[in-house]
Amino acid sequence: MRRALAWACLIAAVVISLFPLYWMLRTAMTPGKELAGDNASLLPANPTLLNFGRVLGIEDSRAHGGSGASLDFFLYLRNSIIYTGLITVCQTVFCAMAGYAFARLRFFGRDVLFGLFVAALMVPPIFTLLPNFVLVKELGLLDTMAGLVAPSLLMTPFAVFFLRQFFLGFPHEVEQAALIDGASKWTIFWRVVLPMTKGPLFTLALTTAVWTWNDYLWPLLVAPGEETRVLTAALGIFLKQSPNTHPDWTGLMAGSVLSVIPVLLLVIFFGRRLVDSIQFSGMKG
Amino acid sequence: MTATTRNRGDGRLALVFLAPALVGFGVFYLYPAARGAWFSMTDWNMLSEPGFVGLDNYERLVADPLFWNALKVTGAYVLMSVAVQMGVGLLLAAVLHRLTRSLLIRTLLVVPWLVPGVTTALLWMWLLDANLGFVNHLLVGMGQPNQGFLTSPDLALPSVSLINSWSGTGYTALLLYAGMLLIPRQIYEASAIDGAGELRLFFGVTLPLLRPILAFVLVVSLISAVQLFDTVAVATNPAGGPVNATRVIYFYIYQRAFTNFQMGYASAMALTLVLILGVLTFIQMRLLRASTSDLS
Repeated sequence: MRRALAWACLIAAVVISLFPLYWMLRTAMTPGKELAGDNASLLPANPTLLNFGRVLGIEDSRAHGGSGASLDFFLYLRNSIIYTGLITVCQTVFCAMAGYAFARLRFFGRDVLFGLFVAALMVPPIFTLLPNFVLVKELGLLDTMAGLVAPSLLMTPFAVFFLRQFFLGFPHEVEQAALIDGASKWTIFWRVVLPMTKGPLFTLALTTAVWTWNDYLWPLLVAPGEETRVLTAALGIFLKQSPNTHPDWTGLMAGSVLSVIPVLLLVIFFGRRLVDSIQFSGMKG
Repeated sequence: MTATTRNRGDGRLALVFLAPALVGFGVFYLYPAARGAWFSMTDWNMLSEPGFVGLDNYERLVADPLFWNALKVTGAYVLMSVAVQMGVGLLLAAVLHRLTRSLLIRTLLVVPWLVPGVTTALLWMWLLDANLGFVNHLLVGMGQPNQGFLTSPDLALPSVSLINSWSGTGYTALLLYAGMLLIPRQIYEASAIDGAGELRLFFGVTLPLLRPILAFVLVVSLISAVQLFDTVAVATNPAGGPVNATRVIYFYIYQRAFTNFQMGYASAMALTLVLILGVLTFIQMRLLRASTSDLS
């Protein structure tokens, strides 16, 4: 009896977690003009892919109950992938280098410098976001991919901190054996240490990717232009362009579905890894 | 540490390893931090040259009812959302812990946390829509009147809290569950032999032994809750409304900077927020250190 109640709790939690996402898909597959009359049945009366067609710019929007705003989610999807990919790869590599230096190399001012990085970890991002926006603007990089990726491309204090902790726990013996074999520390890092820390690197990359993909405020400020607009910013702008009284729900949900697909792919391919990494580190949310 | 790593410094090599991170840190963290502090003492509006005004912005801040309102709204939001996420998260974690090791269930529970904030906001705007939203469909089905969840001044902030609780609770539960796994099984077995029921086990064993993890998760949740932006910016209309009901501090800073172009004033607010969070973090760290687990 108790067990049944507990299972009921869990199942309810899973349903509450997933049902809204199902509803998003269901709405996205409802013809725009039928939404008002068909807003509660679990399956749409006439399922359609038209809404995806029009947010992707394949179908004419106005003909199917859209607002007529030009939409090109293919482009936004591409921008999101470039934005996320560039930052994930570069940041992980550069922060691994820095984390290793802090964990293993001996140099003047190391602890002070690391202390500064940790202090930066405590600063809410909005404080540096304002001047960073100004800087990108002064450099003439608004609405460019360069301006968009710049602040996160080279490092975040969190990534350096996270990887340093891992390198601290890396067995010394392995590096020493390689040193005795005559390898330089540079070579050891790339050929020995990195391949053996694939796990944590991947964990960090995964978090960075999710974080970057979901980022909204920065891309909205720096790169709202059509050519560099990422998915999240595009969804926000799409909503603003949609009439207040009658938001284009079917189109908005179709765009939303597109923004969630990579998340679902991550869950399907890396579910265990993702869950383990969250449980392990309790990294920032 | 051993003799080989204790050799003379690796200064040059370290510079190579650190170069990208140092450039990134200098240009996008240190420099903007210094600049932000400077902006906060000017009247810069992003058009004309900034003029030094000393501490005027801070004086204005203290006298700005909207600033205090933003702090109040942020505080209320943090309390509501953290209470729900910790409460429900703790329940879910305990049930998971005592019932199943199912990876599938844990994965499914964390899915909402992976959804972009903007998408979450849009999705719930639609679910909570006053006319066609599914939640109102359920309410009407139960004989209740329609609610304008995001358009009523009383319901808007609680609705925003619930929206973000939807996305954060599974994640919180997972963190707490991970902490519970660290509690030795034998303690449960011994207590069960002594005749303790599930409730006694939870309050007598799980909760006290989980204290350090609980404190840590609390800090993480608080800090992320203070930074609420996406949901308010997207799902409320006019954003921050109705009638200032959801204008949290992050959003207020954003508005001052990018709607009113008061970069000086916005920077002063941002710096004040840094100080407030610094003090809070300091207090929490002290508490954290004080609360070592009964296990050790």
